[in-house]
Amino acid sequence: MADKVEFELVSPEKLLTSQPVDMVVVPGSEGDFGVLAGHSPMISTVRPGVIDVYEADRVVDRVFVAGGFAEVTETRCTVLAEEAIAVAEIDRAKVEQQIRDLGEDLEDAKSDDEKARVEAKIAIARAKLDATGATTTH
Amino acid sequence: MPNLKDLKNRIASVQSTRKITSAMKMVAASKLRRAQEQAEAGRPYAERMGRMLASLAANVQDSGNGPKLMTGTGSDQVHLLVIISSDRGLCGAFNGAIVRESRRQILRLQSEGKTVKLLTVGRKARDQLRREFGSLIVETYEDVGRRKLSFADADVVAQKVLAMYDAGEFDVCSVIFNKFKSAISQIVTVQQLVPFAVEAQADEDAAGAEVKAIYEFEPDEEQILAELLPRNLSIQVYRALLESAASEQGARMTAMDNATRNAGDMINKLTITYNRTRQAYITKELIEIISGAEAV
Repeated sequence: MADKVEFELVSPEKLLTSQPVDMVVVPGSEGDFGVLAGHSPMISTVRPGVIDVYEADRVVDRVFVAGGFAEVTETRCTVLAEEAIAVAEIDRAKVEQQIRDLGEDLEDAKSDDEKARVEAKIAIARAKLDATGATTTH
Repeated sequence: MPNLKDLKNRIASVQSTRKITSAMKMVAASKLRRAQEQAEAGRPYAERMGRMLASLAANVQDSGNGPKLMTGTGSDQVHLLVIISSDRGLCGAFNGAIVRESRRQILRLQSEGKTVKLLTVGRKARDQLRREFGSLIVETYEDVGRRKLSFADADVVAQKVLAMYDAGEFDVCSVIFNKFKSAISQIVTVQQLVPFAVEAQADEDAAGAEVKAIYEFEPDEEQILAELLPRNLSIQVYRALLESAASEQGARMTAMDNATRNAGDMINKLTITYNRTRQAYITKELIEIISGAEAV
């Protein structure tokens, strides 16, 4: 395998991971992109989704992020995540409950602003649910 | 002559005060350590965000049509001050310093004919500013990070600031907080949040050659920046809250250390007085007995 890329996952509260990996696949807002060593520098926004960490062609780590930003340089891939949780730790029942609760909130929402906020939350929760679904099929 | 019993009571009461202050000092010390660790942990995110912003801003400034959060509204008539204090007292000059600086800023802005609005975080700033500037306070947040400061707490404040900005309720926003230097020294800092001054950060980062790399942007710069800037505002507020939390514990630790020492001195002094008085009583009684015996 060629050179490794330094993958960093940072939340506002702390540095979650910092490790050299073979490849990471980041859910960019305009489509997933894979980062290998020597990737051209870029900055992208991240949509709610799953970051896959590859080690020798195999997924070794799957982390769900609720949106954020990614900065890629030739040697590094930094993801600034708003919320990050390992896919294995997501509790399906809890998320489903959350979606139901948010659905009720949506009906109660008065202003358009509030509605948009709740909808964004639902989208994140849905993406979270999809992430767990993907693990079972893997 | 002071009463022996009174003195004894007084010594006992100062002793229990000392016990309380020394316990508070130890609590503050352990909280300070935790707050410092938290501030430390939050640093990587802020650094990387600063780096991204610097490279983005460099690109957007050329085109000259950056988002409003960065370029400002073009006027500076209405100022919003976010004042960060603590909920509890007994932490020395911590809140006093914040309130003094805030008052200075408010009066300065008002004398320049500007309108001032206040957002206060923490009960102390509200209590002390309410009398003089009560009508200026837009909103107060209490019990922020009572147990452990989380990013969500900061986000609440930042969202309010953003909502006000979008509604055109102010032109310039600054945050006033205690910056943590060491356990004995906190510096009151005024930091401008809106419009966001990128230059300062860009200079700091200029040393890192990576900034100069030419980035691709996905989607385009403006769109990323439009998302990044509100995010950055939350981060700045979060950092200010973290600094303030560490400062509060530092100030409290120092204040309580002093109080403990003062209580110790006071106990020593009172004990000496107590012993002298006791001896004087004994001497007096002896004299009475002897002179009584002689008279017989």
